[in-house]
Amino acid sequence: MNAPVKPELICPAGTPAALRSAVDAGADAVYCGYQNATNARNFVGLNFTPEEMEKSIRYAHDGGTKVLITLNTFPPSGNVQLWKDMVDLSARLGADACIVADIAVAAYIQKHHPDMRIHLSVQAAASSPEAIEYYVREFGVKRVVLPRIMTVSEIRGLVEEIPCEVETFIFGNHGLMVEGRCSLTNYVTGQSTNMDGACSPAACVKYERAEDGSMSTILGDYMIDRFGPEETAGYPTICKGRYKCDARDGGYYAFEEPISLNASTMLPELINAGVHAFKIEGRQRSRAYVKKVVAAFREAVDSIMAGEEPKLADLVALTEGQKQTEGALKTKKWR
Amino acid sequence: MTSEPKSSRLSGGPVGFPFAPPLPLFLLNPILKRIVHRIAAQNPDMFDRLGPHRHAYFLIDPVDMPLMLYLRPDPEALDFRAVNRRALPPHVARISGKFLDLLTLMDTEQDGDALFFSRDLIVTGDTEAVVCLRNALDDVDEPIAESVADMFGAPGRGALNFLRRAAENAQKRKGAST
Repeated sequence: MNAPVKPELICPAGTPAALRSAVDAGADAVYCGYQNATNARNFVGLNFTPEEMEKSIRYAHDGGTKVLITLNTFPPSGNVQLWKDMVDLSARLGADACIVADIAVAAYIQKHHPDMRIHLSVQAAASSPEAIEYYVREFGVKRVVLPRIMTVSEIRGLVEEIPCEVETFIFGNHGLMVEGRCSLTNYVTGQSTNMDGACSPAACVKYERAEDGSMSTILGDYMIDRFGPEETAGYPTICKGRYKCDARDGGYYAFEEPISLNASTMLPELINAGVHAFKIEGRQRSRAYVKKVVAAFREAVDSIMAGEEPKLADLVALTEGQKQTEGALKTKKWR
Repeated sequence: MTSEPKSSRLSGGPVGFPFAPPLPLFLLNPILKRIVHRIAAQNPDMFDRLGPHRHAYFLIDPVDMPLMLYLRPDPEALDFRAVNRRALPPHVARISGKFLDLLTLMDTEQDGDALFFSRDLIVTGDTEAVVCLRNALDDVDEPIAESVADMFGAPGRGALNFLRRAAENAQKRKGAST
């Protein structure tokens, strides 16, 4: 087994200001996307115009930071042109890699931009050596972003078997499901997370407060949670809602709880497992979040690589529901 | 138009708030107008992120102050003024929080989602309009709180530093109590 490499810190940016904050806070790479359906964070008021992307790539490169462009949704059948256009644009602007989920998009990059690195998005949900080898062999994928369902020991085994780099999430939204296959939002709002790029679009979300201070979260025509006056809240997504079901009494988090992944205590193990890149989730978050989380993990990774005890900043205030977990990285029984 | 429920978590009212301006609104509003025009002139691109919501009216509700702020972020028809709590004008969305929390948001020191998760920030009305406003304000180069402070020279910057310390202390107290 080779000596562990220093993992790259891959940081989110939903706006040019957030990108600059990530670069200034020590990101090795920033991932971001355009204002359209090619981007799995296609939220209103967020993301980059082509002009903003061009300037942002220049800023990042001047600071020694790479830019990875998220083209990580699935084009509807027979309607791939937008994805092709965004690939061409990204190549023209000098992006360092495209993060893709769909094999048609990967095939287009391989054929028309053979020098462009392809990273396989978590949305592709590739976690077995056979699946990953297929993407590497057929499309020249250089890195796979692993789904958040694997333990560190499983990741270690995978790294030894596959012929490409591995990226794991270390902080942020802990929405597991079968990534890239979730249709819950589509069911309620008519918009597809995987093809339109918007999970729980804000236009479909409403918060209603009652006289007693409790708050209901409404998505489309459905109430998906109700928080007591002193309860912390979560994202307005169906997978983080509470429902009445036969299995439990009262409202129950039937899919997932509002909680964030925080793998800060597991960084040494992940480095020893041979992970090449650590990903921070949160393109929909503010630049204050980006600045704080990137700076904290920059310091932690640098300390570990220098053989020092990492200083782990307290990031719980930035977590969903003000709760955090090491998730499946530590155990499959994270709930 | 949104409903106006009482907040139990964000209660307290203006009593005992050390920064509550004793100014009558007719004196405050010209200053607010100057502020919003300055911010708009410095950051003309920010309005692009608002899309159709640039024509919307927002109520910004510092729950521990005796007034609310009324904002229309439309570069063609900017409007920013203080309004009386007892006579609220029509609005598409209302954003409520303690003054110091709202200040730290404008200072890009606080994450809006984190304040929302902790229930220190409350949003009612058109969620999409609020998200657009948040993204527009978050993408300005210089934090808005700093731009406003600079408009008033050394006293402005001194006041901002004072408020930043107060916000930091409030955060520490909150952290210690949880």
